[in-house]
Amino acid sequence: MASSQTAAAPKTSMLAGLTESRGWLSLWFMLPAALLLLIFLTYPLGLGVWLGFTDARIGRPGVFIGLENYQYLWDDSVFRLSIFNTLLYTTAASILKFVLGLWLALLLNENLPFKSFFRAIVLLPWVVPTVLSAIAFWWIFDSQFSIISWALIEMGLIDERINFLGDPTNARLSVIAANVWRGIPFVAITLLAGLQTIPQSLYEAATLDGASRWQLFRYVTLPLLTPIIAITMTFSVLFTFTDFQLIYVLTRGGPVNATHLMATLSFQRGISGGQLGEGAAIAVAMIPFLLGAILFSYFGLQRRKWQQGGGD
Amino acid sequence: MSVTETRNSAAGDEGGMGYLQSLPRRIVTIWLPLLIFVFVLLFPFYWMAITSVKPNEQMTNFNDYSPFWVIGPTLEHFRYLLFETSYPGWLWNTILISVGSTFLSLLAAVFAAYAIERLRFSGSRQVGLGIFLAYLVPPSILFIPLSVMVFRLGLYDTPFALILTYPTFLVPFCTWLLMGYFRSIPFELEECALIDGASRWQILTKIILPLSVPGLISAGIFAFTLSWNEFIYALTFIQSSENKTVPVGVLTELVRSDVYEWGALMAGALIGSLPVVILYSFFVEHYVSSMTGAVKE
Repeated sequence: MASSQTAAAPKTSMLAGLTESRGWLSLWFMLPAALLLLIFLTYPLGLGVWLGFTDARIGRPGVFIGLENYQYLWDDSVFRLSIFNTLLYTTAASILKFVLGLWLALLLNENLPFKSFFRAIVLLPWVVPTVLSAIAFWWIFDSQFSIISWALIEMGLIDERINFLGDPTNARLSVIAANVWRGIPFVAITLLAGLQTIPQSLYEAATLDGASRWQLFRYVTLPLLTPIIAITMTFSVLFTFTDFQLIYVLTRGGPVNATHLMATLSFQRGISGGQLGEGAAIAVAMIPFLLGAILFSYFGLQRRKWQQGGGD
Repeated sequence: MSVTETRNSAAGDEGGMGYLQSLPRRIVTIWLPLLIFVFVLLFPFYWMAITSVKPNEQMTNFNDYSPFWVIGPTLEHFRYLLFETSYPGWLWNTILISVGSTFLSLLAAVFAAYAIERLRFSGSRQVGLGIFLAYLVPPSILFIPLSVMVFRLGLYDTPFALILTYPTFLVPFCTWLLMGYFRSIPFELEECALIDGASRWQILTKIILPLSVPGLISAGIFAFTLSWNEFIYALTFIQSSENKTVPVGVLTELVRSDVYEWGALMAGALIGSLPVVILYSFFVEHYVSSMTGAVKE
């Protein structure tokens, strides 16, 4: 673009070069996003890793102490428990979200009256701020006035109130239930979109060949849905693994640390406790797990594409 | 599927292969589970709403009053919330912060998406992938270093701490969404404009942006909702009560001592959810298509 003007006026071509040439123009266009992300995302990521190697506290810049934070955490039973809790929470919630979400997607994919209405209200738990819906769950899980306990007692199924958030096992189940409640809509709606791209003719052909409903699902729906399942579940696992809000509202990690996730422990040690270095180390310890989850689904996805004969 | 079953239900059903199923079977396998799903997914909202208008004496007395209904609903909790707490201030802060960060993120994302998708500079593919990876970095591993930075920059306890940090997850998301949208606009339009002597800036503002209004709306709604719902940064970077956002304010200021004011808490949760729900209900189609579109990419 600029080359035509070069001979005539070298002075303006400089300016034209800076505003018109593709390379410079791209640079200007990328600048706002790049600055925001480099300053507030890439740099903090590095800073977090560095803080994990220091003994920084709130109001006092730390000095390099090598792997001491990690050595301390390795022997810390609460940290180990938090890893176990996080893995349990992520695995149980993700499996439930997947099964129930897929089921709901299949239901919504049927030819129903008021289809768009159902789809709209199903998404609500996902739209509403997590903290605010978690407060509603807090009230539903109240130890004395839980509506669930009351309803079950009225029905004669149990004799005394369930202590939802006070007992370690119950607390774990309760937070998983709340997380699943919030996560189902996302899984269901994205899988529904995937289901709608599967051509009806495949089902007709398979039915003519005498396939049962289970076979239709197993050999037509599931293979064609696998790529989108992989992406949806990667996001779901990622958000569940790093969850903070729900636990912070419902239990703050209690009772006796039974529901402490790595994110909540990191907040408790780093911000509430003021041990920035240790908190950062806990946060950094989450990264290998996250990378593992991403790579797992990425390669799962690749294999599927190859199996279906699609390039790249 | 047996032949008789097929014959029984052939009439009165249209579309798909639903006609292969009999009506009673459809009720048990489809409608019943669907209604249970809808009940479970909506019940917490109902419970929230009904609690927020219950007089205190009915709140915990399940034996004399049916817990599922309310006799003589009261607006006392809303009055308390709006006139005796800092709730209106939190609402205002949340609006300000959400609008500010959404605007900032959209601005950055439009330019970035256009450059990656249409200027196709060398390395644009890698930058696009980098932006996608940036979206996968969760706030729970960034909040500690960010709090250190926010403090050093002197932004601690100001709305700017949040307006500047929310784009870390909004920009990648919006850019990714808009890249998909720009891709669907035909190249020919741009070529015509280039031949007519339009600059890249003119192409962006006069051709691409008017054509991508639906995409901008989706990205805007998403960004607004995500910033409205954000919690961990707002909890960490804001100290004083008058600067808090709704989710943080409700949780940290309305929950005092042992006596929970459930009515006010539920009213706060309800009002705090309404703006995003209203926004969502207006643009539900945009929302669904962009959510699924962004995942399908």
